Amino acid sequence: MNLAYLAQDPTLQDFGKDPWWLVLIKIVFAFVFAVLATLLGVWFERRVVARMAQRPGLNQIGPFGLLQTLADGLKMAFKEDILPKAADKVVYFFAPTISVISAVTALSVVPFGPMVSIFGERTPLQVTDVSVAVLVLLACSSMGVYGIVLGGWASGSTYPLLGGLRSSAQMISYEVTMGLSIVAVFMTAGTMSTSGIVAAQGDGTRLNLFGAVDLPAPGWYAILLLPSFIIFFISTVGETNRAPFDLPEAESELVAGFMTEYSSLKFALFMLSEYVAMVTMSAVTTTLFLGGWRAPWPITLWDGANSGWWPLLWFMGKVIALVFVFIWLRGTLPRLRYDQFMRLGWKVLLPINLVWILVLAGIRTLQKEDISESYRYTIIAGAVLVVLLVTLLWPAKKQPPARTLQEKVNRRPSGSFPLPPMDLQVPPSPRTKRAVAQREPANVGAGQPGTTGAGHDEKEV
Amino acid sequence: MTTQSVLAAAGGVTGGEQVTFWILAPLALIGAIGMVWARNAVHSALWLVLTMLCLGVFYVLQSGPFIGMVQVIVYTGAIMMLFLFVLMLVGRDASDSLIETLRGQRIAAIVLGLGFGALLATGMWRALGQADAAGLEQANAGGNVQGIAALLFTKYVFAFEITSALLITAAVGAMVLAHVERRREDRMDQIATMRSRFRPGNYPGPKPGPGVYATSSSVATPARLPDGGLTERSVPQILPTRELSDSETALKGTEK
Repeated sequence: MNLAYLAQDPTLQDFGKDPWWLVLIKIVFAFVFAVLATLLGVWFERRVVARMAQRPGLNQIGPFGLLQTLADGLKMAFKEDILPKAADKVVYFFAPTISVISAVTALSVVPFGPMVSIFGERTPLQVTDVSVAVLVLLACSSMGVYGIVLGGWASGSTYPLLGGLRSSAQMISYEVTMGLSIVAVFMTAGTMSTSGIVAAQGDGTRLNLFGAVDLPAPGWYAILLLPSFIIFFISTVGETNRAPFDLPEAESELVAGFMTEYSSLKFALFMLSEYVAMVTMSAVTTTLFLGGWRAPWPITLWDGANSGWWPLLWFMGKVIALVFVFIWLRGTLPRLRYDQFMRLGWKVLLPINLVWILVLAGIRTLQKEDISESYRYTIIAGAVLVVLLVTLLWPAKKQPPARTLQEKVNRRPSGSFPLPPMDLQVPPSPRTKRAVAQREPANVGAGQPGTTGAGHDEKEV
Repeated sequence: MTTQSVLAAAGGVTGGEQVTFWILAPLALIGAIGMVWARNAVHSALWLVLTMLCLGVFYVLQSGPFIGMVQVIVYTGAIMMLFLFVLMLVGRDASDSLIETLRGQRIAAIVLGLGFGALLATGMWRALGQADAAGLEQANAGGNVQGIAALLFTKYVFAFEITSALLITAAVGAMVLAHVERRREDRMDQIATMRSRFRPGNYPGPKPGPGVYATSSSVATPARLPDGGLTERSVPQILPTRELSDSETALKGTEK
């Protein structure tokens, strides 16, 4: 039992040894997972958003409206496929395919679970793994944007072109941020293979505090590398074109952005790729930061939590939770303006990420190197001193001089709109007086003189 | 390390490697030729993407998985995307201008091309004949990525720093050249805007909408003034005037 428990974590040596039928099963499973995730994902999104907007949401076709997406998909397939006259035919055709292929390919290096037994074969629950698996994910996500950009360009129309342009700029900006957040994971895990990163987040990680204190540390990188996790998740939202970063398809500005001219199955492919990308990105976030298929804390008290097929359940739970966050963001946040979006990426996320990586590298060097205690504490004290000095000596923002009202008035350029004098006493309007005088006789006969209309009504009742 | 890269590291050429090479090498060449021959600039860029992807796979085959993936992410994903961005900004149907603005650029291009070819050839000649190959086992002793990182941050650190400084200078320079900042005096303030709006001869209100009548809903139909006259101000100047062609006036076959 103990031996089997130890052998749960697949290593790179466990891959590439499957018989061909097992490889086929795994690939088909990943593909079916992607398609099913889209079908259920659209349903889930519409139900959740409806609940957030106090509506019932899908409830007509199938139990809880579950079959609505299927019906929509079938309907889409039978619609007329329109090819715009100005479209570049080949590129127009290939664009949605590129999107879907890259979104689905990314799933092939995501670990769904530990070593399991399928028809007597012991195999990791993952299509494949390579020593640079996380880079494969990044490559897939960067290729997927080609679909959007080319779709926008090939449509031969203005709004799609604008959507494609936005998408390319957005993707270049947010991929930098995304790559930098993954660097922190690489530095901590010491590997780029997805199964290795999941293994590195296992229990029993000991945090060696300056060689003196030995603490049991939380395994999940979401806790250890919190800034990286937050930045990574924000940039995945940007990378998947989801609200509030759905500028390439902003319906209030660009009709439907890059997919304005698409119809029928090609549109369905774009839809598919968007949802597959959302699920893939959730799976990647789970793998890199949330411990992958490993059970969260209270479940780990049970010994068998991380063996057999159970981890598939924990993995799906985490993925669904992250997809819910995606939908939650969409239901809550308004779309950013384009310049705000770019400023967030380049001026906020990127510098924070760089500083955080620098700090992390410093911490890791201090932990690893064989340097004397006094030297180590000198370095730490120096770093703290520098931070303190910078915070203290940082030049304060120059306050504009406080001006009095009269000064503000005097500073107005000549030819401005005339202002009334500052000490103007407005006399009571003669018209108000007349209105009161005219109304008064009307109340005389109805009640006591001098009472208002409201008081009169109360007395009647 | 995957089985494939282990085999490649051992020096042998496996069947799978050969098959992959003979499929992708022609594709890479076709991509390169297509890039030069394509009329449309975006098509050129796409052919280049094909070549770069093939090269990425070649690197992985040569047991350089990291450099292969970086090729895909950085060159195909980011740099070609920037190219596409610029090409799309230039416009869809813009073809290359044949007017040469730089004098003697053909000769310069030929000389530089020959020089580059000579550099490549000598480099290849030295690599194939004179240099002693250390072998992948020695190069990847501490891991593929770690080996590259060690070289980048020790032996070649200045080369890379200088390259990055050059690139940043180019980017900042392009920004400075392209950025037009209007002087403070040239900016119209609110009062100047107001004055120009209400100057004699200018109508301060919005332009009238196009005329929409039972006979026409075209945006090119001028609106009527209260006195019954037509106003040309309602017709957008950006629309070219044209007659309908025969195919456009023909019946669509949808009438009852």
